[in-house]
Amino acid sequence: MERNLMKGNEALAEAAIRAGCKCFFGYPITPQTELAAYMAKRMHKAGGVFLQAESEIAAINMVLGAASTGVRAMTSSSSPGISLKSEGVSYIAGSDLPAVIINVERGGPGLGGIQPSQADYWQATKALGHGDFQLLVYAPASVQEMVDYVVKAFDRADKYRMPAMILADGLLGQMMEPVTFPEINPNAYDKSDWAANGHKNARKHHIINSLYLKPDELENSIIQRYKKYDIIKETETEAELYLTEDCDILLCAFGATARVVKSAVNSAREMGIKAGLFRPKTLWPFPVKEINEAAKSAKKLLSVEMSMGQMVDDVKLAINCSKPVEFFGRTGGVIPTPTEVLEEIKRIGGTL
Amino acid sequence: MATTDILLAGFGGQGILFAGKILAYCGLMDNKELSWLPSYGPEMRGGTCNCSVVISDEPIGSPLVLTPDILIAMNQPSFDKFVKDVRPGGKVFFDSTLIENDCTRTDIELFGIPSQQLADDNALKGGSNIILLGKMLKETNLFSLDTMKKGIEKVVPPKKAALIPNNFKAIEIGMNN
Amino acid sequence: MAVVFERPKSLLDVPTHYCPGCTHGIVHRILCEVIDEMGIEGDTVGVCPVGCSVMAYDYFGCDMIEAAHGRAPAVATGVKRTNPDKFVFTYQGDGDLAAIGTAETVHVATRGENIVVIFINNTIYGMTGGQMAPTTLPGQVTQTTPFGRSPQLAGYPVKVCEMLSQLTGTAYAERVAVDSVPHIKAAKKAIRKAFENQKAGKGFSIVEVLSTCPTNWGLTPTEAIKRLQDEMIPYYPLGVYKDVEEGVFPAEGGNE
Repeated sequence: MERNLMKGNEALAEAAIRAGCKCFFGYPITPQTELAAYMAKRMHKAGGVFLQAESEIAAINMVLGAASTGVRAMTSSSSPGISLKSEGVSYIAGSDLPAVIINVERGGPGLGGIQPSQADYWQATKALGHGDFQLLVYAPASVQEMVDYVVKAFDRADKYRMPAMILADGLLGQMMEPVTFPEINPNAYDKSDWAANGHKNARKHHIINSLYLKPDELENSIIQRYKKYDIIKETETEAELYLTEDCDILLCAFGATARVVKSAVNSAREMGIKAGLFRPKTLWPFPVKEINEAAKSAKKLLSVEMSMGQMVDDVKLAINCSKPVEFFGRTGGVIPTPTEVLEEIKRIGGTL
Repeated sequence: MATTDILLAGFGGQGILFAGKILAYCGLMDNKELSWLPSYGPEMRGGTCNCSVVISDEPIGSPLVLTPDILIAMNQPSFDKFVKDVRPGGKVFFDSTLIENDCTRTDIELFGIPSQQLADDNALKGGSNIILLGKMLKETNLFSLDTMKKGIEKVVPPKKAALIPNNFKAIEIGMNN
Repeated sequence: MAVVFERPKSLLDVPTHYCPGCTHGIVHRILCEVIDEMGIEGDTVGVCPVGCSVMAYDYFGCDMIEAAHGRAPAVATGVKRTNPDKFVFTYQGDGDLAAIGTAETVHVATRGENIVVIFINNTIYGMTGGQMAPTTLPGQVTQTTPFGRSPQLAGYPVKVCEMLSQLTGTAYAERVAVDSVPHIKAAKKAIRKAFENQKAGKGFSIVEVLSTCPTNWGLTPTEAIKRLQDEMIPYYPLGVYKDVEEGVFPAEGGNE
């Protein structure tokens, strides 16, 4: 298969089009703007719709409108813009609509910075909007995985009728790597029993809605949704386990940080320290089985993140606090270095 | 060498990212693992600019180059900032037209050529970056000349294809200086 | 026996939650009459607002989408852009359209989005119990302007048709009222024209309907109609504010 050299942001866009995305609504923000620019160039030729919205809020609601009619729809932004989209994401989840949302994270809070960050982990996995709901959250760690997980995100969003997010960061969005595009034949999901695209006087009218004024009806709708979430937790977790079979120290990292950590794990191994890496590829659902498998022989765990420590909570929960879990992170757009991480591994190694 | 970490740095507009892209495409041509990571933000619009390129036989960990094996520096602030980070045994290529070499390190090799002057003398406007690539090619053998030419052909956009011979010429000038 | 009067087919036979004397029912009816007369129910997708007409999705027979507060024009854009062969309308109140959704309103118009917006202006927030709306008249008493709306404190009302008619993308803007039979007839004609515009691809059309809210105005239905006539119409003059017969886009290639 031909290897192409592409920026992460462009690969996300190309993969989306190949996955059958028929419309993109966005608003410029660094460091994801190349994605929108690529869509603007390519979408028309692919027979789809590109529209630059007046705001992130409008963009996510355009996605809601298009998705309501059964069309594969996507938007992308970076952290501050995702906060603006959170209203629409909640409505999409509450209306059981499929949609794909890309977050190429940058540092926060507030206007923050424009350099890479993973400080939206909590937002993505716990609270991207008001109410009881979840999104599927995928954390690619390479440009190739950007492609693979966009394809998967569209598929699973349709399969489960729920929003799916690609949680990337400025580093992954801006970097170029070789990438191959597999032959993609998107699964066709039948949406004719719910899509609001004109009933042609041939069926009852469809209503896309998240309003339930009767508490028991709302509760029931949420319980039904959570039954679906239970199936997803059983079947959709994905993780990479690297040198974990005999590890004394298990490092936990996702996305771009996992690349840095892998380099540090390799260096530690060369020094005779038994380090391993657990890399969740799905952040929600969190790969609980997989981390327990990876942590079997470990005496200590170390979560490394580009934040002040967010995934570390899920790590502790997933292993039920059965082992000590430490944290190392850089934040504000600072990328941890393999040397720093190695120092942490050595420090922890000395305490085992 | 299993992995080569390259850092290119200079002012925005000097073709730092472009030169980095050529190296990345060379890696692609040679079927290597590679990554290309630009600095991004306001520096794209005229400030300082740098670009990390990693060429490797193995999957690449961090794409961010902090201790380069090869540094290509095109202005004084970049030279001053990064020359101290070059890995011992590493090589530095710089434009001696714009950069005063006051580095006292003896564990690295420094190659200064007046690339800006050479570009001007040969009517190769904006070719200073490529001249430095030529110099690097000669002193490192990271890629073959053939690969470099293919890399250039990949990176120069089709509507500017007329500029390809000029880029080849710039490589040649760099290799002969 | 000849049938002389019946419920429009696209207006479903279900009880509504509207207060007695509310004019939403009239607007629903004439909108559905237009949909029936054009025979487009099966090809229409409507978008509801947040406000009193939040549950209109249960009343209209066409496919319906419930939007977040103020976002109906963005939702409608998503529908129309991906389904250009469908008729798309939003049905919005004054708080939804002219306060929280102002950006969406202005931009859907300036893009010349080929949709219809039905805008109900009754100068008050009904659903939440009678607070100041962007269209509340100076001096009008509401829950949040207990001493009457003071322009010094709360600014001036937004005149939506006047504002949107300044935008190149607006093909048609007309203000109507539903206080009398002639006005209701004119309102229906305006709604028909807006849908015909959409059919012809002319661009953005808005019909602003001056409406009543007896409950939150604290008036009987007939007093409410009188207030509409005596206070609202002088402030919000009825009429066509913009009508671009040839449509807002150049004949060829101008849509890109």
